[in-house]
This record gives sequence, structure tokens and C-alpha cells, in this order.
Amino acid sequence: MEDSVLTAEETILETRDLTAGFDGKDVVHGVSLAVPKWKVTAIMGPSGCGKTTFMRCINRMHELAPNAQVSGEVLLDGQDVYHINPIELRRRIGMVFQRPNPFPTMSIYNNVVAGYTLNGARMDRTDRDQIVEETLRRTTLWDEVKDALYRRGSFLSGGQQQRLCIARALAMKPEILLLDEPTSALDPKSTAAIEELIVSLKGSVTIVQVTHNIPQAARISDYTAFIHLGELVEFGPTNKLFTVPKDKRTEEYLSGKFG
Amino acid sequence: MRPQMTPRGVRASDPALRGRLRADKAFMGGMLAISMIAVLPLVLILLFIIIRGASSINWQFLTELPKPMGEAGGGISNAIVGTVILIIVASVISMPLGILSGIFLSESGKSGLGRVTRLSVETLMGVPSIVIGIVAYVWVVRPMGHFSALSGGVALAMIMLPVITLSTEETLLLIPMSLREAALALGVSYPRTVLKVILPAGASGVITGALLGVARAAGETAPLLFTSFGSPYMVLDILKPMASLPQTIYFYATSPYPAWQTLAWGASFVLLVLVLVLNLLTKLVTSRWKTQF
Amino acid sequence: MTQSIESKGGRLPIARASDSAFRALLFFGGIVVSVLLVAILLSLVLSSRPALVANGFRFLTGTEWDPVTNSFHALPFVFGTLITSLLALVIATVLALALSILMGEYFRTGVFASLMRTAVELLAGIPSIVYGFIGLFFLVPVVRAVEIAIGVTPFGVGILTSSILLAFMILPYSASIGREMLSLVPTDLKEAALSLGATRSEMVWKVSLPFARSGILGGVFLSLGRALGETMAVTMVIGNANTMTLNLFSPGNTMASLIANEFSEATTPVYLASLIEIALLLFIISTVINIIGKVVINRMVGAA
Repeated sequence: MEDSVLTAEETILETRDLTAGFDGKDVVHGVSLAVPKWKVTAIMGPSGCGKTTFMRCINRMHELAPNAQVSGEVLLDGQDVYHINPIELRRRIGMVFQRPNPFPTMSIYNNVVAGYTLNGARMDRTDRDQIVEETLRRTTLWDEVKDALYRRGSFLSGGQQQRLCIARALAMKPEILLLDEPTSALDPKSTAAIEELIVSLKGSVTIVQVTHNIPQAARISDYTAFIHLGELVEFGPTNKLFTVPKDKRTEEYLSGKFG
Repeated sequence: MRPQMTPRGVRASDPALRGRLRADKAFMGGMLAISMIAVLPLVLILLFIIIRGASSINWQFLTELPKPMGEAGGGISNAIVGTVILIIVASVISMPLGILSGIFLSESGKSGLGRVTRLSVETLMGVPSIVIGIVAYVWVVRPMGHFSALSGGVALAMIMLPVITLSTEETLLLIPMSLREAALALGVSYPRTVLKVILPAGASGVITGALLGVARAAGETAPLLFTSFGSPYMVLDILKPMASLPQTIYFYATSPYPAWQTLAWGASFVLLVLVLVLNLLTKLVTSRWKTQF
Repeated sequence: MTQSIESKGGRLPIARASDSAFRALLFFGGIVVSVLLVAILLSLVLSSRPALVANGFRFLTGTEWDPVTNSFHALPFVFGTLITSLLALVIATVLALALSILMGEYFRTGVFASLMRTAVELLAGIPSIVYGFIGLFFLVPVVRAVEIAIGVTPFGVGILTSSILLAFMILPYSASIGREMLSLVPTDLKEAALSLGATRSEMVWKVSLPFARSGILGGVFLSLGRALGETMAVTMVIGNANTMTLNLFSPGNTMASLIANEFSEATTPVYLASLIEIALLLFIISTVINIIGKVVINRMVGAA
């Protein structure tokens, strides 16, 4: 097993021997990984290899499933997340799902600040306006929706809706953004827009992205972890992993032999 | 070259087949005829009520109180107001409980308690309304010592409760998991997720359920016979007996006075319109406000 | 008790106590209906206790109902309930089946189809009292005329009259269940029959109906459950006679109509309690039948 050693990067998130599953059966086996700060780390692997389950352990969404089990450690800035209140944790970690899921009963404006308003935070109008504009600009949606902020998001295209969901997560100023195959339900043009957005966020947000799209991982990620059958096979800088993979399984996956 | 389509009406050559085809046509004809017997008489009679009842509707009818025995004229204003008040009392009791049970069933429907609850709800739905009336009599009228709109409201609430519960559950189950996950992933607590995300998303269905419950309760007579009982006066105090549309219809329809019977026709018309409007509203809410996922 | 974290431009309260309070609230919502049902049963039993004690088991087998001598027996009314319901069921099933087949097979789309569907929906929403009113003013004279023609005592009201009225009342419900059950029949099964050369009616008769049989049966049970509890319409046209007879043209009483007719006039405690005992009996019988109906339907839907 390749050690998840990072050289000059600062680690923001670390998992130690993370094992998780359902109904007595584990789908993630002892994954130890160190995620570098402010970079894009791709979690890659064939369907069903446990990568999504792994990611959902980070923001403790996994435990919401019935009969879920998890063991090991997940350390955010050195602090074990399983010793923090999960609700508080989820405010520090943002998540974007495979299918865009803006809240259908809320306007675009309210969707962006949903993380605050749903939690009962008291904010005055100017603060909210500022967050909405800032975040929508950051996700390059501002110009497209600034005249329709109070309309519901259902008229937006799939790609725009997904950018709205990213905005909604970013508005909370999370330390880490978890992306679960965010472009797999989108058309190529929207995919490209979102990839551009992800790249632009480097340096200000740490991103962990689950993907089974190999070229996408190659395009946008700085580090890649390859997971197969629940085990961490290899982890390292993307360009190295893609060109000179150390493990035969990685090589086979990259050349399309399975997955 | 397109194959020749068999022209319609070609006689089959085999006599046995001809017999079967005749039987086929006869079958469809028979189904049509029986269906018409099933539907037509009632539709015709409804039209009759509507026409006859509509002719009694005038301002006087809607605003006056009924006149004493045998006198012509009078109105059903107390019955209309009574029905409204009874529905309000019943809704105040049944809607919060119904929505709460509906939420419970949608969240924990598969658990042991969930299955027991569902069985109870469906059983309650099937309890004859007169039995409910008796129960309300025992629970409210007896201790109070007299009939009251409150007891009528309690009875109607028990009738509305299962309708609202099942409708709420059905609606909430339709809401995709991803919405709940989106809220939870933002760090929203479970109660807020249910109250501020899931329930609003299912609002149209919950409202529909409420409307259906009201439609059902508005037409019930049996449970009111010994609870709200009825009254010839305009009553606004829920601790007193109160008239209502269905009870008024029963009372006047079965009386020997033609003047009162006329009132019953008019009241039937008003009740029919009320129920029809409620059903239409339900359809409207579903089509216009239903949130698309 | 709630801390808040000062950050991100706003105060975000940490939820802790509210989570378990909410779950408790939901739990309450879960048990309230069950508790209500148990309370209903208990109330019925407790309130009818004077009668349970006074009447004993012969309550279920005797045929006399005489408030003057405090002789109360349920059999005439159980009989009345069952016979009107079963007769209504037979009539309604024929009518509803025809409607289901028409709407489920022959006219699924189109103007006529929507007209039929609307008509059935409308009919399903008509309150019981209006049906009673209609029955009193339209059906009773017709039955009276028929009785005169046959040479029977022209009551007009009676068991037959209430059965017919009841049939029309439960048929919209039966028709929609039947239509739903027929729509569950897999298309490939129907096409298999047609491809073998069956006519449409043969397909319906030999493939669709047998397939939907248990569901339709379940629907019949549920309709029976509804018929048992029907009060107002029956009360208005059954004639209010506390006798037990097989003569369909004579008046009678069902459990529900008995209660409706006599409850407000029950003077003695035993009289009242006996009527409540009748209500208890009605409750038990209709609950049992409804449960059987649900089980049958569930099996059909599960098998589909």
C-alpha cells in the first residue's frame, strides 16, 4: 500500500485506518489518507469501490444511513471529527451531490444563504446581500442570475443549478468542499464550466472530489487517490500517478482494463 | 410495397369465429349499458337537485333563519355558519395531529411502531361515522351534560384525522432523499430539515390532504346527530348545540312540511356546491402548486 | 444551553436539545392514533357495560328489541346490516365491474373516458345525506310503484330499497378500486392473449379478470366495510322496523340506522347502553371486514 506521504504540503484532513460499511459488511477498508490544504484531491476508482462511502464519512453523512458502521479516525486540523457535534462539523465542510438539488421552494437568493437561514442565523439584509453576490460571483453565476435572484431555481439549466449548489455550499465558507461526481449528470459544456470553477477555487478552498471520470481527474486535480474494492491502492501527485503509477492495479484502471 | 391492410368490416369466414366476434361486440355493448345504468340515474338526479335547489337560492335563503313549523320562507343561514364553525373546530384539533402523524409515518413508516401506527390509521379510517359520533357523545356530551358544537367538532376531527395523516405521509414520501441530504450536508439539524425543507416542499400535498379531510367531514351527518345536535337559532358559541348543513337536510327532508322540505332541497344544493368546490380546489392546488423535483 | 459560534457573518445556534425534543414529538404523533383507537374501543366497552351485564350472551342470539320491557337483542339488526350490505354488494359489484372494465379497458383515453371518470369522481363525493334525500324522493316512489304492481304491501321503504340505494353509494368507490386493479394487469400478458387470436372480451374475461381477481375481491371487501357503516341514506329509506324477516320488501333496520333512529329517544340507562353495545358490535364487525379486505388487496399488489 502506498503511503500517503505529502512532502511540502500542509495537511488539512487526515483519515487513519478508516473502515466503514453497512449491515456488517465493510465497503471501505482501512483507508489512511492525508488531504493537502487548498488543493484539489481526486478520489478515483471504479463504480462501487467505496469512494463515495469514504467521502461521506468525512462529513459524517455516512452514519445517517440505517445500519451504518464506521471505525478509525478522521482528523480535521488535527481534531477527530467524531468527537465534534456532527451538525457543527457539517457547517465546516461543504458537500455537493451528483444530481443538482437546489431547494425547490426557495428562490435562488434564498438557496445561496440557505445554510444560514435554515440554521436560524440572524443576519441583516446587507450581510445577506453581500454573501449572495460574493458567492455567486465566485461561482460565475452572478451575471447570469443577478436579474432573477428572487425566482425559484427550477428554470436554470442543469449546469447552472449545480453551480448554484456549489454556491450554496461555498456560502458557508467551508474549510473543505466535498464534491460527489458533480458533473456526471451534466452535459459537456456545463461540465467544462464546473471544471473551470473548481480550478479557480484552488488556493482558497480545499476540494475533495469523487470521480470515475479519469480524464477529468487528470485535468483538474493536484493529487489523486485510487481506491479499489474499498482499499487505498495508491495516492500521490496527479501527474506522477497518471504517468508512472506505482501499482499495477492503478495502471490497469488507468488504461481502462476495468471500471 | 406496403402490405394490404385488411379493410374493416370484412366478414370472418369461420362461423364459430363470427359467433365469437358477435359475442365480443355484445360484451362491450353490455358493459356500456350496465355502466350507463350505474352512472346515468344519479347524474340525472343530481342535475335535478341542482336545478330545483338552485331555484330556492336567494339572498333570503342564505341569510335568514328557518321559520317555525309549516311557515313558508326562511333560510339556512344558521346551518351554513354552523358547518363552517364545526369544520374550524375539527380542523384545529385534527390538522396538527394529522400532519404530525403523517410526518412520523413518512420518517419511520417501516419500523415496528410505524407499522402499528399505519394499521391504526387505516382502521380509524374505516370506523363507521356513527360509532365515532357515539364516542364523542361519551367523551364530551355526557360530561358537559348537553349537546355542543365542541363535541361535534371532536367527532369530525376523528373523521378527518386519518385522511390528513395518510395524505401527508404520501406527500412526504414523494420528496427525494437528495433534498434532505442537501440540507443535512449544510449542517442543518434534523428538526429544521423536516420543518423548513421537507414540509414546505410537500406543502401542496399537505394542503390537499387537509382539503380532502374537510370535504369528507363537511358532508357527515351521523356523528352530529347526538353531538352538535342542531338548533333553529344562529349559534356562535361552541359550547352550545349548533345547526349544520347535513343535519339540517336530514331534519327538514324527513319532516312532513313542504316548506321545510324546500329548505332541504336548497341546503342540499349548497352542500353539494361546497363539496364540489372543495374537490376542485384540491385539483387546483395539486396542479398549480405541486413542486416539481 | 445553546452556544453559538461567532463566525461567517452571523450567529449559528448549535442544535442539540431540539433534536431529541423533535423526535419525541414525532413519536407522540406516531402513537396518538393508536392510543385514540384503543380509547375508542375502551369507551365503547365501558359505556356499554350496563348492557353487557344485563343482556349477556343472548344479546347476540335473541330477536326481540323492546325498550319497554328492557329486552334488547342485536340479531335483527346484525341481520339487517348484513343482508342490506350483501345485497348492495352484489348489485354494486356487477355495476362497478362493468364500469371498471369500461374505464380500464375500452375507454381509457378520450372525451368519453374523461367524462366517465369525472362522473364517477363526482358521484364518489356526494355526501350520504344527499343520497338519502335522493332515495327518499326518487327511489321510494319507484319501489312503491313496483310493489303495487307485484301486489306486495307498498311500503316503498324497506330492505330492498335501502340495498339498492346503498349499492349506488358504494359503487364509485368499488369502480375506482376495480379500475386500478385492472390497470395492474401486465400489458404483455394481455398482448399474449390477443396474439393468440383471442377477442378483446375473451382477453378481459379470461386473462385480465382472473389476474385482477384477488384485488377486485379485496376491493369488494373494502366496499363491504363501507356499506356496513353507512348510516344516513339507509336510515332514511329502510323504514325503521325492529323486526327480522327475509321479505326484502318489508321495512327493517340496520345496526347503524337503529342507533340513528333511537339514540336521542333512549330514556333509560340500559336502553342507551344497549345502543352503545350495538355500536361496539358494529365497530368490531366493520374493523374485521376492513382488515380482511386490506390483507387481500396487499397480497394482490404484492404479487403484481
